[in-house]
Amino acid sequence: MQQVGVRPTSASRDALLDIQDLTLSLRDELGWVQVLSGVSLSVKPQEILGVVGESGCGKSMTALSILRLLSPRTSRLGGRILFGGKDLIAASEREMTAIRGRHISMIFQEPMSALDPVFTVGHQIAETVQRHFKLGTKEANERAVEALDSVGIAGPRHVASLYPMSLSGGMRQRVMIAMALVCEPRLLIADEPTTALDVTIQAQIMDLLLGLADKTGTAIMFITHNLGLVSQSCDRMITMYAGQVIEGGPVAETLRQPRHPYTAGLLHSIPDGLRERGTLHSIAGRVPSLRAMPEGCRFGPRCGHAVQVCEQPPALELVDLHEIRCHRWKELELKGAQA
Amino acid sequence: MTETRPAVAVDDLHVTFGRKRGSVRIRAVDGVSFDVPSGEIFGVIGESGSGKSTLGRCIVGLIEPSSGTVRHGDIDPFAMPRHAFNEHRRKYQIIAQDPNAAFNPRMTMLQSVCEPLEIAGIGSRAERRERALEMLNRVALAPELANRYPHELSGGQKQRANVARALVLDPTVLVCDEVVAALDVSIQAGMLNLFWKLRQEFDLTYVFISHDLRVVGHISDRIAVMYFGKIVEVGPAREVLQRPLHPYTEALHSAEPEISVAPADARQRIVLEGEIPSAIAPPSGCRFHTRCPMAVDRCRSEEPAWRELIPGRHVACHFAEDMLRRSDGVQRSKEEVSAAE
Repeated sequence: MQQVGVRPTSASRDALLDIQDLTLSLRDELGWVQVLSGVSLSVKPQEILGVVGESGCGKSMTALSILRLLSPRTSRLGGRILFGGKDLIAASEREMTAIRGRHISMIFQEPMSALDPVFTVGHQIAETVQRHFKLGTKEANERAVEALDSVGIAGPRHVASLYPMSLSGGMRQRVMIAMALVCEPRLLIADEPTTALDVTIQAQIMDLLLGLADKTGTAIMFITHNLGLVSQSCDRMITMYAGQVIEGGPVAETLRQPRHPYTAGLLHSIPDGLRERGTLHSIAGRVPSLRAMPEGCRFGPRCGHAVQVCEQPPALELVDLHEIRCHRWKELELKGAQA
Repeated sequence: MTETRPAVAVDDLHVTFGRKRGSVRIRAVDGVSFDVPSGEIFGVIGESGSGKSTLGRCIVGLIEPSSGTVRHGDIDPFAMPRHAFNEHRRKYQIIAQDPNAAFNPRMTMLQSVCEPLEIAGIGSRAERRERALEMLNRVALAPELANRYPHELSGGQKQRANVARALVLDPTVLVCDEVVAALDVSIQAGMLNLFWKLRQEFDLTYVFISHDLRVVGHISDRIAVMYFGKIVEVGPAREVLQRPLHPYTEALHSAEPEISVAPADARQRIVLEGEIPSAIAPPSGCRFHTRCPMAVDRCRSEEPAWRELIPGRHVACHFAEDMLRRSDGVQRSKEEVSAAE
């Protein structure tokens, strides 16, 4: 695989994607508001990184920032997004067009809104191919049929001639995966790709996605709220809260021994079939409003372990393979998932 | 309690959509029978298109059965005169998934919770207000939110108000249709705790419909597993999950991604092939045979009988006896392992 103008950085020399101190502000009718406050994360080649967090934590905004899919009129990016050494924040629109779909692809939660209803799915996949490779229509169409075949669609030639509306949700997500992987990108951003699907279909799609990524050597940034899926499929995970990364580390270790109370809280909110009814752990309060962020630890007002020191903002500490944004992580003994 | 009849009794219920003479008829619910005794939490699990929501709406009288019966205690709600039914239905409430679609954006939460009382003509204005405020308090919604509009509340807060509105008429049965599906997991946990608390306080019977095995398994006393308009298995919640007698239940359970801290998942996963078949052309024989890893010729031609395999455990599968033997074996070897330890 060729590397796009590699200029290694001191932080993570071998990272495919290296986001450093990313900030994002969005403008709405009330003015500018900060949505991401210094997000740093990295994805190594062929790695599967799980990004976990609840609605509004900024995980999808991080994804959209990487691909620069937010309108420059209503958004402002800061920091660096290094992809193969190149800073995507400074890249021109033309350079981004060459990267999107070719080197970085994305699949979304709702495939219907990502597919164009007035073109056949075969046409849409062929279009992606033709954008990046000098191929005739016939060859591109052939590649589209192959791509549909590779995602386990029976009768790919027929399905290529269908419009998105005549496909089921699971089939549409397969089409999206075919389209995303047809150019064998080095990074796939999958934003809740199975959330809208039934659990038996989710299992099929996850198997497919992981199998294909393994074959093409594609790294995945897997955004989800489902810790079970992270546990089953990712190498590393990060937890986001209120526009910040608050914890990160290898998946099994992090789940066995979460160091941030929020990660632990998420883990214990899930009904596990053992807990007595009425005794599920729930995190009090709600995610703070973007316009009224706590000055100190952003999770502080909801945290059962908060003390005076938590009124100061905690820094992201790096310890071995883990990162933690909590003043008290050393003294807290948080319960993790049981073996 | 004087009432001995089940709060809800469903017998051979069919709900069919589409024109009577038309060729396209969709059998959303296709021969379903079960009882929900008073005070029970009866879980219904199934994937999209399984007919679980249609079943829920039929239970509270929003959809009329095509054949079969739904009884509320001694009463057949569909045989009642309209005005009597309108009074009766207050006791059978339903809460739906999307709290954003459940409220009139021009009404405050308090007004919305008062509305059922107004329609029922209960109490004076002041009494209604007081009752509504009490309900909002019971669902732990901060009192300062009572005069807010829906757009000012979070999804979780709205769903709490939604519950308050369902409870304000003092129902006996509450059908909860995917009530926590739209909520984040930390909020969902609080809602599930609330449902449990309210059941004790209000002496409620729940029919708890969800696609989420974890949610249903956690809250329910018994669960029914639906597939393509039929119930394939019923039994006590934990037993059904720990020892499924139907291959579909087993597959559902297996497909649920578990949080495991072991480096590699030792559990054998069953990944079903294919999708739920077309509702217009249901498969012959057992409806699950197109996706079932155990299916043989018999499953394609002969519909499995609905039977009580062991006390309290009903199932419709030709291989249920085999499943039972196999799980007994597993159970035994597990016990041997723990005894050896």
